[in-house]
Amino acid sequence: MTVLVIADHDNEKLKDSTLNTVTAATKFNSEIHVLVAGYNCALVANAAAKINGVDKVICADDISLKHPLAEAVTPVVVNLAGKYDQIMVAATTTGKNFMPRVAAILDMAQISDIISIENGNTFKRPIYAGNAIATVESNDTKKLITVRTTTFAAALTGDQSVVIENISIDSNQSLSSFVSSELSKSERPELTSAKIIISGGRGMGSGENFSLIEGIADKLGAAIGASRAAVDAGYVPNDYQVGQTGKIVAPDLYIAVGISGAIQHLAGMKDSKVIVAINKDDDAPIFQVADYGLVADLFEVLPELNKELS
Amino acid sequence: MKVLVPVKRVIDYNVKIRVKSDQSGVELDNVKMSMNPFDEIAIEEAIRLKEAGDVEEIISISIGPEKAQETLRTALAMGADRAILVKTDEEVEPLAIAKILKAVVEQEGPKIVLMGKQAIDDDCNQTGQMLAALLGWGQGTFASDVKLDGSSLYVTREIDGGLETVNLTLPAVITTDLRLNEPRYASLPNIMKAKRKLLDVKTPEDYKVDISPRIKTLKVEEPAGRIAGIMVKSVSELVSKLRDEAKVI
Repeated sequence: MTVLVIADHDNEKLKDSTLNTVTAATKFNSEIHVLVAGYNCALVANAAAKINGVDKVICADDISLKHPLAEAVTPVVVNLAGKYDQIMVAATTTGKNFMPRVAAILDMAQISDIISIENGNTFKRPIYAGNAIATVESNDTKKLITVRTTTFAAALTGDQSVVIENISIDSNQSLSSFVSSELSKSERPELTSAKIIISGGRGMGSGENFSLIEGIADKLGAAIGASRAAVDAGYVPNDYQVGQTGKIVAPDLYIAVGISGAIQHLAGMKDSKVIVAINKDDDAPIFQVADYGLVADLFEVLPELNKELS
Repeated sequence: MKVLVPVKRVIDYNVKIRVKSDQSGVELDNVKMSMNPFDEIAIEEAIRLKEAGDVEEIISISIGPEKAQETLRTALAMGADRAILVKTDEEVEPLAIAKILKAVVEQEGPKIVLMGKQAIDDDCNQTGQMLAALLGWGQGTFASDVKLDGSSLYVTREIDGGLETVNLTLPAVITTDLRLNEPRYASLPNIMKAKRKLLDVKTPEDYKVDISPRIKTLKVEEPAGRIAGIMVKSVSELVSKLRDEAKVI
């Protein structure tokens, strides 16, 4: 019985979501191997070898894996699959992209976005944008799982280092190729691992007005998020979006500014420990999930909040 | 070139769902049903490819109950040319759906399958990727922009860090994200015309696909609710609550 966790990384850094996935993997009480598939990714493999609970790291370092294209990653995982009973990956856009491909080739069902492992065959997962929680049982011989990282604590890392096994792969494929990417560069923490998030909605009125949020985010060491309405209006890029179809977050503190609280936004943040809502409409549904609500004009509140935090 | 667009009938996205009291599932009786919003975007994108002269025929398909015909008529009214209903009253999992779609693709020969990235009921986000794998095709998932360039496609994808563009050799599967386009409403004349468009009814057996489930739903529950909070009167009160009571800043 061994679990394979596929690491999420950018060839330089191991992403925190991998640590959450390892914690989920420990629930199977089996040996845990981590696959690092990438290019010039030795640093990532070294980092993975230091995660507490991991027994072995497998590193597939090949130019064809420079970008995590589903068509390239899938055969690597499929070739390793025989040895494993569970294959797990964080439900990030990378994991969601290749895991169903692996599942189909192995003729196994995939269990998406699990939030708990009840026993080796039974899992809980949100459906209907988190408005219902399903308990599901899979009797396939292998469990292919994507993990909602916010419900599992990050595994700790130590000074130890387990064995790193380098494997050679032949992942050349002509189905797809990487063309370009536009990645947001920010000094702020990543949304999915931030302790504090401050998000703006349509009420912000413009992209420029997000500068009011930025000052506060810098003081709190917070990440900045947005509602779908703010992203659709072009105020901020798509990767700011918190919600059912954006990022699912669960920070210690979530501050929603000018966000009405559509079901699809609530689905992405309602597991936050403390929620603050600032909105001028006292009927806004966001107040129903907020621990602290403030009915006021955000253009007055934000400068004042910035001053109070100084 | 043909395009295949699978669509799913789901509870309308504006409806607040109710969990059945016996925890066996979500109440579907007397609830407004609509086309999965991501699938509407897929239909719209297919129509735009056709309007640009790159596509001759759009075939829409649904796998589900008799009533999924309504969803297909919506697709036809928007602009699909004909439709196929693979009729079953069973709940069909993504892997089995992908197997049926594969058989249909082999019969119909589309160069592109355009579909929603996920259905808003089970939120699986699997079918498009599974279909691409079974066909041995490339995939452009979570698409926010699609450009056809001769025998290949440029697909811009919404990823966690921003956007990524990939080039796919045709044939390929595309799954749609929300910002790909704004789907059109069907006009009344087109709704009338759609009633006369061809809609074939088949069964999973016609495609020799075993749809027996791999996953059993043991129960469906309401999520844990949040305890109602308090309203504060001022920014300074808010800051002191966060510092002293919640201790989060």
